Amino acid sequence: MKNKLSWFAVPYVVWIALFVVAPIILVVIYAFSTADGSFTLDNFSRMGTYAVVFGRSFKLAIIATAVCLLIGYPISYLMSREGPRFQRVGMVLIMLPMWMNFLLRTYSWMSILENNGLLNRLFQSIGLIDLYNQIAMALSANPAAYEPITHFQLINTQGAVVLGMVYNYLPFMILPIYSVIVKLDRSLIEAARDLGANTFHVFRRVILPLSLPGVLSGITMVFVPSVSTFAISKMLGGGTEMMLGDLIEQQFLGGAYNPQLGAAISLVMMLIVVVCMVVMNRFGEGEEQAVML
Amino acid sequence: MKRSNSLLSRVFMALVFVFLYAPIVLLIIFSFNAGNSNTVWQGFSLEWYEKLFRDRLIMQSVYTTLLISLLSTIIATVAGTFAAIGFYSMRRRIRDPLMTVNNIPMMNADIVTGVSLCLFFVAFFNFWGDFAVWFNSLQGVIQLPTRLTMGFGTLLIAHVCFNIPYVILSVGPKLRQMDKNLVDAAQDLGCTWMQAFWKVIIPEIKPGIISGALTAFTMSIDDFVISYFTAGSSASTLAMTIYGMTKKRVSPEINAVSTLLFVTVLVLLAIVNIREARQERRNAHRLHA
Repeated sequence: MKNKLSWFAVPYVVWIALFVVAPIILVVIYAFSTADGSFTLDNFSRMGTYAVVFGRSFKLAIIATAVCLLIGYPISYLMSREGPRFQRVGMVLIMLPMWMNFLLRTYSWMSILENNGLLNRLFQSIGLIDLYNQIAMALSANPAAYEPITHFQLINTQGAVVLGMVYNYLPFMILPIYSVIVKLDRSLIEAARDLGANTFHVFRRVILPLSLPGVLSGITMVFVPSVSTFAISKMLGGGTEMMLGDLIEQQFLGGAYNPQLGAAISLVMMLIVVVCMVVMNRFGEGEEQAVML
Repeated sequence: MKRSNSLLSRVFMALVFVFLYAPIVLLIIFSFNAGNSNTVWQGFSLEWYEKLFRDRLIMQSVYTTLLISLLSTIIATVAGTFAAIGFYSMRRRIRDPLMTVNNIPMMNADIVTGVSLCLFFVAFFNFWGDFAVWFNSLQGVIQLPTRLTMGFGTLLIAHVCFNIPYVILSVGPKLRQMDKNLVDAAQDLGCTWMQAFWKVIIPEIKPGIISGALTAFTMSIDDFVISYFTAGSSASTLAMTIYGMTKKRVSPEINAVSTLLFVTVLVLLAIVNIREARQERRNAHRLHA
């Protein structure tokens, strides 16, 4: 019976070959060729001119991942200690924003962070902006020349881009960590307690090491989309904070049409993902389920 | 042994939920705003809903989004279930490398998947063009179209592509949990091979199929980047329409359409969850009885 059923996978294997493997081979070919099709390494050496973009993308993605971890881990842990009904509703609530396209959610942040957006209006109405002006004027060397601000610059900053990433990808951090913690064998915790561990020790010596596969999978799932985002940086960064995703997009659909260079950058991005996957696989089994909520 | 959380940690959880939902709530509130501002409340009105239903561009993109998500979910669920059964019946030596390749679209950055598919479609269409010209010159009976462009078809293929891995990943564990003797037993008791498949395997893995389909649909609805690279200029999903608008001014009609989508999803999920909860309670009762 076994061999007969394995034929079920044949159409999908053909599909993978066509729509997964062949496109990736094309990316590799493009990355190593010139516009007229001969072999070159220029595309990679030319990436040096974009070192700033690489640096910025990594910086912002690492910050966003760290913030997601700092919020996501405690939330997952606290959630797993609640009753079953609370957990069920809580997880639905965490998943729910994903059902609204991420562009819609990012667009909403635009109107919150705008110069005359909701947050600035709020700051205005509680007098925060006036307070800031008074303090700044008092501190400035030449109070007469001080120009009072009318708003805080919130949008079109790197902070706004990080906020957008954290907001959009936080569920990707919570889900894998939560699913690992909630499946932890409770008797292990009880055993640790019986053997004299206090809450802190139980957490550090039992829960934390056992939830590591979920943490790693969460880090990957937040870091990869963050480092490659392009819509968020354009909408909340105002186009001034160009990221790797914007760079790739420009090479294919934007003004700086150069698919060869775009393919080379994509290839680098794929290598990043491979590295992440290898690290995750080293930490073994839990990963496969962790990826699926 | 289970101790409930302190007040402080409850407050922390509440804050995170406020953070997650504040932008959505604002979007919904301002969909009922009279003016076209997203920041100043100018009175209640349904004007944006009215305008929305008359806006061909937005309605068309909503329709495309829903159709693509539904079709790709159905195709991916069927194909993914068969593929998972096939994978599961293979020897590990063959299965493991295949699973790694299967995970690629899921792990890869969206933009890389989008770009690679875009390159592939363009290359294929060029090849097809040459082939069609050659084929048409050979005979006069069948005329093949010589110019193919990206559009609904390529969009659908792309969505199916990134959806199947999610289905496989959620069906796979259910297959592994299944008692391998069940199928043999069914056949010993006179089931044909097909009957064993429909009456034993499918019911066993049904929860996995459903959660896989749900994940696939979520991913489809949430996607922007891959669609952006594979839709060409003839098809546009809602996300692409909004992205086009952000360069100029976003109309509050978008708030209205988001509200409608959100409320629909909320109601659907509530129904599914209430039903599930009831089912579980009933099962628990049966166990006690």
